[in-house]
Amino acid sequence: MTRDLLVPSVQVTVPPFTERREITLLGFWIYLLSDAIIFACLFATYAVLHVNTFGGPGARDLFSLPYVLLETFVLLVSSFTAGLGALAAYRGNARQVLGWFSVTLLLGLAFLSLEAHEFVGLVAGGHGPAQSGFLSSYFTLVGTHGLHVALGSFWMLFMLIAVYLRGLTETNVRRLTMLSLFWHFLDVIWIFIFTIVYLLPFIK
Amino acid sequence: MTMLGRLTFAALEQGPIVFAAQMLVLFGALGVAALITYLKRWKWLWNEYLTSLDAKKIGIMYLVVAAVMLVRGGIDALMMRAQQAVAVGNNAGYLPPEHFAQVFTGHGVIMIFFVAMPLMFGIMNVILPVMLGTRDVAYPFLNSVSFYLFTAGAALVMASLVIGQFATTGWTAYPPLSELAYSPGVGVDYYIWALQISGIGTLLAGINFIVTILKKRAPGMSLMKMPMYAWTVLGSMMLVVTAFPVLTATLGLLTLDRYLGMHFFTAGGGGNMMMYVNLFWAWGHPEVYILVLPAFGVFSEVVATFSGKRLFGYTSMVIATMAITILSWLVWLHHFFTMGAGADVNAFFGIMTMIIAIPTGVKIFNWLFTMYRGRVRFTTPMRWFLGFVALFTIGGMAGVLMAVPPADFELHESLFLVAHFHTMIVSGVLFGDFAALAYWFPKVFGFTLSEKWGIRAFWAWTVGFMLAFIPLYVLGFMGATRRLDHYPAGLGWNPLFIVAGVGALVIASGVVCQAIQLYVSIRDRRKNRDLTGDPWDGRTLEWSTPSPVPFYNFARTPIVAIRDPFWAVKYGLAPQTPENDYLSIELPRGSGLGLVIGGAAFAFAFAMVWHIWWLVMLGALVMLGALFVRFLDEDTESIISADTLRRFDTATV
Amino acid sequence: MNRYLFLIILGIMASIALFALSLGGSHIVLFSPQGYIAKREVALMALALRLMLIIVIPVFALTFAIAWHYRAGNAKARYLPNWEHNRLEEAIWWAVPFLIIIALASITWTSSHALDSYKGIATSTPALEIDVVALDWKWLFIYPAQRIATVNTLTIPTGTPIAFKLTADAPMNALWIPQLSGQEMAMPGMVTELHIEADAPGAYHGLSGNYSGAGFAGMQFTAHAVSKSAFGAWVAETRMSTSTLDRVTYASLAAPSENVAPERYVLGDPGLYTWIVMKYMTPPAASSTPASG
Repeated sequence: MTRDLLVPSVQVTVPPFTERREITLLGFWIYLLSDAIIFACLFATYAVLHVNTFGGPGARDLFSLPYVLLETFVLLVSSFTAGLGALAAYRGNARQVLGWFSVTLLLGLAFLSLEAHEFVGLVAGGHGPAQSGFLSSYFTLVGTHGLHVALGSFWMLFMLIAVYLRGLTETNVRRLTMLSLFWHFLDVIWIFIFTIVYLLPFIK
Repeated sequence: MTMLGRLTFAALEQGPIVFAAQMLVLFGALGVAALITYLKRWKWLWNEYLTSLDAKKIGIMYLVVAAVMLVRGGIDALMMRAQQAVAVGNNAGYLPPEHFAQVFTGHGVIMIFFVAMPLMFGIMNVILPVMLGTRDVAYPFLNSVSFYLFTAGAALVMASLVIGQFATTGWTAYPPLSELAYSPGVGVDYYIWALQISGIGTLLAGINFIVTILKKRAPGMSLMKMPMYAWTVLGSMMLVVTAFPVLTATLGLLTLDRYLGMHFFTAGGGGNMMMYVNLFWAWGHPEVYILVLPAFGVFSEVVATFSGKRLFGYTSMVIATMAITILSWLVWLHHFFTMGAGADVNAFFGIMTMIIAIPTGVKIFNWLFTMYRGRVRFTTPMRWFLGFVALFTIGGMAGVLMAVPPADFELHESLFLVAHFHTMIVSGVLFGDFAALAYWFPKVFGFTLSEKWGIRAFWAWTVGFMLAFIPLYVLGFMGATRRLDHYPAGLGWNPLFIVAGVGALVIASGVVCQAIQLYVSIRDRRKNRDLTGDPWDGRTLEWSTPSPVPFYNFARTPIVAIRDPFWAVKYGLAPQTPENDYLSIELPRGSGLGLVIGGAAFAFAFAMVWHIWWLVMLGALVMLGALFVRFLDEDTESIISADTLRRFDTATV
Repeated sequence: MNRYLFLIILGIMASIALFALSLGGSHIVLFSPQGYIAKREVALMALALRLMLIIVIPVFALTFAIAWHYRAGNAKARYLPNWEHNRLEEAIWWAVPFLIIIALASITWTSSHALDSYKGIATSTPALEIDVVALDWKWLFIYPAQRIATVNTLTIPTGTPIAFKLTADAPMNALWIPQLSGQEMAMPGMVTELHIEADAPGAYHGLSGNYSGAGFAGMQFTAHAVSKSAFGAWVAETRMSTSTLDRVTYASLAAPSENVAPERYVLGDPGLYTWIVMKYMTPPAASSTPASG
């Protein structure tokens, strides 16, 4: 049963070492996967706890669909402008990069203000996260997304300054690629939040 | 609110036993600092280790932390065994219940997070890049950050010994016991932050090693030509990046309950404590395989090398590894069959659990048939392997037994369960790591470890283990549950607890043997120097480099044509690597920012535990600032010219 | 080295002696189950163990036989350094464990359903309901039909199915009377079920399986299985108790205490158990005592 293991004088072709950009992007994708799992846990938590209102109000009593549609619209448009910004980065057009990402940043901040307004309203009405299991899971799921948007906005500000000062260096383009991926990722998460948290209670 | 939050002097005053521990930690730390000062080694330590981004150096630091924490966790174990050997009938033992609870919680947390994990990561860092024929991991700076975050977590556990107290909930910290209502002190907060911070470090390391394996292999090394160890690390790291986020989320929710009065897992308020149990084990079970898979990989390398034979059934092994990786995600419910999930759910998870025994069994058979028609040398690593097979088979049998839900009802949370998972983790993980240390030590340090003391350590560990844990299996059948700080007389438990205590002492003597082994080997290092770079007649690429491995790993990039490339070339099965010329290479410059981030993370976590809010802000700002500094620095690599490499290479040969 | 081996052998002998000691006292309670459920659970263990030994014994024998025969010093052993693959052999060790696991899996499926802790024991005798509350740190057993309650002691009639309904007014615990059945968890705000039946009269040790805090080790009790007539007498005697359990006395009972001595009560408030469960399910305003947590 001995198999002949002798390797004939094969010419091993040497592929070039993988580029830095490719290595960084793969790692970033894996990070996004991990982050998606954190969100999956929060969604699961919400699914378990959304009925545990503990005598307090439920989703239908608290949320307003038109308001959330506005939030959704703002975030979706920001994802589109982030995409345009990334395309401009690949083309090497620094001015357009600055323009599109500035618009994205403004939309991101608008989204955050809308969300903050909603949260403040709930807390002021006595429906803070400590009221019930349902509200704990709601604030945490939506708030974690909001925190991501906030961090993404900081990152975007940092990248705007970096591009303004240093132009579209290889590093900056690589980071802009990751930033736009991150932004799209947050958009996808939001679609799930919109559907599960805000839309479903009104369909039922 | 004072400057120090809820931290007062009362946190330091906790009776004589804790005082002794506090002094031990304090003088231990001061002693080490004094020794380094005396030897004038601070600068060397800073330049060569603390700021190094070389995976090999980071690996050694992981191993040092693991050794320190093993002693701490071991002392905890001895204290528990001593308590249970005496606390029978009217004798309450020498530890009050609260302290006993801290000891068993600390033991569990430390052994899993701060011994088994750093041993695994230490070995991976030291050897995996070399084995893959590459110069470094994918993200050297991230690697340093991972290490320091992990170390910040370990430091936090040690800090809890000196200031305040650790959790008294058991290492699983089930709510509502871990909620504010039942654990108002700082213990659970220490637990949360130690695990959270080191867990994030682990998650980042997981990303790092997956990309390293997928993208940094030597040219020609296709996936199916990788050493088995690389496959098992890949499986393990895939579990890290999918399971650790669950831990992050779960601990985060418990944090929100405790700090902001939310109701995720509380009793009342609309919380659901069973959700914590599910989430915890959705991380916890993959964690077991995170630890055990790389150890399986080590055994694959060790058995092939010391049998002088190719690993039997490589493809089977790869399939089995990946099967275990995937299946380990589908079994978490077997940790709580008694929570009333219903017969269908219990039966499903029971059967999934048993199915894991199939690929595991296949691995054992493949190892046996690697020895078959080989030339087996009974070196220390090989002995750890044989001890592993014997113990792991018994532990596995106990595990499958408990996978049958109605049988589990009678054994759940009993000492039988404790004996089972200790058998799996000690033989499956620790023995594997010990084998790896003995096997790769000469590669890392340039001289071999004393075989005599290695074999003594092996016997002490194995015999001690049986003495310590066979009684626990029996005690489970006698109806003894875990975590009892005292128990009634007349149940016949006491003699077995005494035997178990003796066993723990024998294991401790094994650790002493390992310390002596290290001392003796360093003393005789000139005699045991490895001049060939290949002391064991090795098979994989790391043995083609000089020992210790130079900081650049390979002067010329190796080219791989076949599995076991070094063995194949050595015995004329594959052509010599074509003589490609020396090329200049880029290596990352050292950076102290990882240490800064780790230090800030420690301050942040410590401040969170004690509600020192200004320090929380400061810690967070320093962490962010350090990251900004790193991002702004585009000049992080230094170049080694082709000439320099040629000079180094010819000088060592 | 010889001295070392001697010490090892000595250690093993000593432990065997100690085992014999504990065996002589027949303390290994799982080897002598006394209840309908426990007997079946233990029999299941024995069956599963036998199935596994089909694989484990050959593995043990092969490991040491192969390692020894193919030791480097044995010139007679064949050496084939490149032999690495044999489809037939590999098929065997994928298939044999697979077949055993199929057998074990079918046993698991049927036994999980047959011995489901929520499933009542089918006999002609009607079941006796006992409501169990895990407290910090003692067990409260309420007999709703008999209108009595006990703390850290349990008395049950033999040959009668017992339907435990478990909850907690404390962290998670698990009720375990090893000789009668396996465990089931007791959690606040929830009711889990466990069905047992004692075959023979006797005093069986019971305890908690899930760590619940400082007084956990003291949550031990004796389950007295007595004949049906003796049980009736015991109930009558308990009804004479001067202690009454209502919400007021319950409040002091529920306060944390350790190593609590057995106690018997007349149940003053039949709605007590429901109230204990429900106080975690509704906001404080709706119940008379604030829910903890």
